[in-house]
Amino acid sequence: MRHKKTIRWLVGFLLLLHLAALLAGFLAPYSPTTQEREFPYAAPTRIHFVDGSGHFHLRPFVYGVEPSSSDSQISADQLANVHSLRFMVPGERYPVAGWWKSNLHLFGVDAPGKLFLLGTDGYGRDQFSRLWFGSQISLVTPLVATVISLGMGVTLGAMAGFWGGWVDELIMRIAELFVAIPWLYLLFAVRAALPLSISPVGAFLLLVTVIGTVGWARPARLIRSVVLTTRQQDFVLAARAAGATSGSILWQHILPQTWGVVVTQAAILIPQYLLAEVTLSFLGIGVPEPTPSWGNMAGSVQQYSILTSYWWMLIPVIVIIPVMYVYDRLAAALHEPVKSSA
Amino acid sequence: MRKLRLSFLLYVLAGAVAQGFAVPPIVHATPEELLITHNSVGRHGGRLVVSQHAEAKTLNPVLAVDRPSREVLGVLNADLIHINRLTHQTESALAKSWKVSRDGKQYTLQLRRGIRFSDGEPFDSQDVTFSFQVYLDERSNSSQRDLLMIAGKPIAVAALGPYAVRVTLPQPYAAGDRLFDGIAMLPRHLLEQGYREGKLGQAWPLTVTPAQIAGLGPFRVKKYTPGQQIALERNPHYWKADSKGNRLPYLDELVFLVLANEDAEAPRFEAGDTDILSPVGAKLFEVLGKDASQGSRLQDAGPGLEYNFLLFNMNDDVAGRLPEIARAQKWFKDLAFREAVSQATNREDVVRLVYLARGTALASHVTPGNRAWMDSRLQPRPASTEHARKVLASAGYGWNSEGLLHDPAGQMVEFSILVSSSNQQRTHMANLIQEDLKKLGMQVSVVPLEFRSFVQRVMQTHNYEIAVMGFASGDTDPNGEMNFWLSSGSSHLWNLGQKKPATNWEAEIDVLMQKQLTARDPKARKKLYDRVQQIVAEQLPIVVIASPHILVGSKLKLKNFEPAILAPYALHNVEELFW
Repeated sequence: MRHKKTIRWLVGFLLLLHLAALLAGFLAPYSPTTQEREFPYAAPTRIHFVDGSGHFHLRPFVYGVEPSSSDSQISADQLANVHSLRFMVPGERYPVAGWWKSNLHLFGVDAPGKLFLLGTDGYGRDQFSRLWFGSQISLVTPLVATVISLGMGVTLGAMAGFWGGWVDELIMRIAELFVAIPWLYLLFAVRAALPLSISPVGAFLLLVTVIGTVGWARPARLIRSVVLTTRQQDFVLAARAAGATSGSILWQHILPQTWGVVVTQAAILIPQYLLAEVTLSFLGIGVPEPTPSWGNMAGSVQQYSILTSYWWMLIPVIVIIPVMYVYDRLAAALHEPVKSSA
Repeated sequence: MRKLRLSFLLYVLAGAVAQGFAVPPIVHATPEELLITHNSVGRHGGRLVVSQHAEAKTLNPVLAVDRPSREVLGVLNADLIHINRLTHQTESALAKSWKVSRDGKQYTLQLRRGIRFSDGEPFDSQDVTFSFQVYLDERSNSSQRDLLMIAGKPIAVAALGPYAVRVTLPQPYAAGDRLFDGIAMLPRHLLEQGYREGKLGQAWPLTVTPAQIAGLGPFRVKKYTPGQQIALERNPHYWKADSKGNRLPYLDELVFLVLANEDAEAPRFEAGDTDILSPVGAKLFEVLGKDASQGSRLQDAGPGLEYNFLLFNMNDDVAGRLPEIARAQKWFKDLAFREAVSQATNREDVVRLVYLARGTALASHVTPGNRAWMDSRLQPRPASTEHARKVLASAGYGWNSEGLLHDPAGQMVEFSILVSSSNQQRTHMANLIQEDLKKLGMQVSVVPLEFRSFVQRVMQTHNYEIAVMGFASGDTDPNGEMNFWLSSGSSHLWNLGQKKPATNWEAEIDVLMQKQLTARDPKARKKLYDRVQQIVAEQLPIVVIASPHILVGSKLKLKNFEPAILAPYALHNVEELFW
């Protein structure tokens, strides 16, 4: 009972996170690619309620950002430069779910003020906005790749377990081959064979396909073993005796038994693939600039000078931790009934 | 005729310079003609640790082409005539003086007498003729051979006695004395046999035992630790002394430590494990500069010679072979397109954001660091998207309803900018230019590529559209870039392998470069090269962007440290450095 509640909380958190990623354009005050070149590595903007003369403002406000300021200290000039924070403001246009365009943003500040909640990068791009837009790539890539992996894994694993014989032999040997493939080098090779310049969408599809395709072997082995066990059980033998076809036995009686494995595997694979996307983009073979992903945003902290000077550049690395933790807890919670029944 | 600074020379007996020596003097039959330096007098002792981004590949000067090897070889060897890295003028080195014949084709060099290789063997004209024989021999595959070929013919070197050589050039060559800089003199007694047996390529690997290798540089090999470091020790026979007669170098030991990149170097420098950081990127320079308590100093030596540029692929050999590239070449071969790209590129932003203001926006490929050759009439124009759009519109380009640019034939203008992924500054630059060109409606993607693949595409396959590159000549003289500017040059990157000049302006550059090569009058040469700069600025085969300053870091206690804008920036006077 308790673990069901945990699962509900964890799934709820993840659903909210993915919904927020879908609404990245609305949550982000700026476009992820807009370069505010006057403000490279600007420190996160502080939101104030009390101004320099001690007056309380009901509406929160920010002070003006000084060009090239990487310091949170506010100068006297800036103190006179107050910009109110407003909600539901018009701004740059952005696509929602790929087709509909809007210019409504959850919040923003009066021009010419700037609101960099998580600071800016070396191009003066708003980190907060890039983080939300980056989540679209970083959260959706593992989901789609997992669907591919599990789709292939369930289909091939069920075939191998159900029919056995040479089908089983063939599929399992191929699975061994896939387990042995170093996927990082495979991705390098595939990337080298493709045209020099690919669009962000092309890069995304490439990532998803390679990560997803390479990962089918492990779930396939698990599904095979579940199918192997299930097909010997009485209810399956009864269905066969009643004249049910192989297809209907597989579809109606055996595959439902694999559901628990599939869900647990999904909870294990998604964070693995999230990390794979982050790693690949970090190494520069993921989604190309200027499209953000958590991986390519984290890539900049490879530079010692950035790592030691601008702490806010570490935020993309930090946000990965809770997401990974939640997926990990979810996988553990889903696995709990399996463990206790064993 | 060049007036030599013979005041540098001091004729002394070996015994007379013994005062202050840490190393016992060697009594020679021939008096040593030491070169006396004029920097602050130091004291012997101590160890200097410098980092390198990769391990040297060889200690053989004939084979070395990589930067780490050349850095190490630079302190193990010496040249006949040397370019002073601070004044940019030639000065005597192993040759104490030289004369040029009236026709400019013959150089007669007088060698220093009584000087010895680091193993104690004497150096004379036989070593010089042997060295040039090796470098010019095609079988040696030396990179120096190209430098010593003039108009396709090799120079000839003959001994006129034990301490004099005559170098004959196939044709008059302006600034011929600069040819000798960096050409290491080899010990005939150690290498001749291997050379005769065709085994020179196997000589002097990193694992060579110190007894089998010798040079005329301030240091000699002490110990090599694979993958970690090369330790060198003071050459007790070095041919320079300070004004008090103390034989140089001052340092007992020089260590080249291998650290993969700047990000690995910085913490080691801050921790005091290394003594020099050279060169330093602008961001790191700023970060390290904030921390003055570490006993280190960061120095800005000013504008260097490196110029970064956008290279348009106009290679003719892609037609039929690479249709996508050929499609984009229609734009690149259109001067209006190149002009628009140049106009839209915000050089000031590159200097501010990439070099953190420690750089210079360029109007010409000759940087402000090269004061003698820069055409100061050429000034960088401020970026103007508006002007760039006008240029494109007048050439028949247009924009669709989404503001995207199409060419006169209605084809969308879409291309990629190739950049070496290992160069963070150029990648940064490419991303800024991408945004600048987006304002013109150009659909540009930036493709960072591993360095070797990058070079292969630019130099061999020509499978790229635009590339961000940087060049830094080792010398201020334009002769060092002949191969880049001549239409037949092996580095004429925008259109390689031309049998005859593809355009009239390239033909004009060919003529101007050839003329300046043989002109004896420096003013006439400058005028000719100014014209080359003007043509390049007008025709824009490359769009020059910006030049970084030379930034270096060193320990405060290190004396006589004077970074130069010519490589090697920090170690050019390593023999004079002391603690």
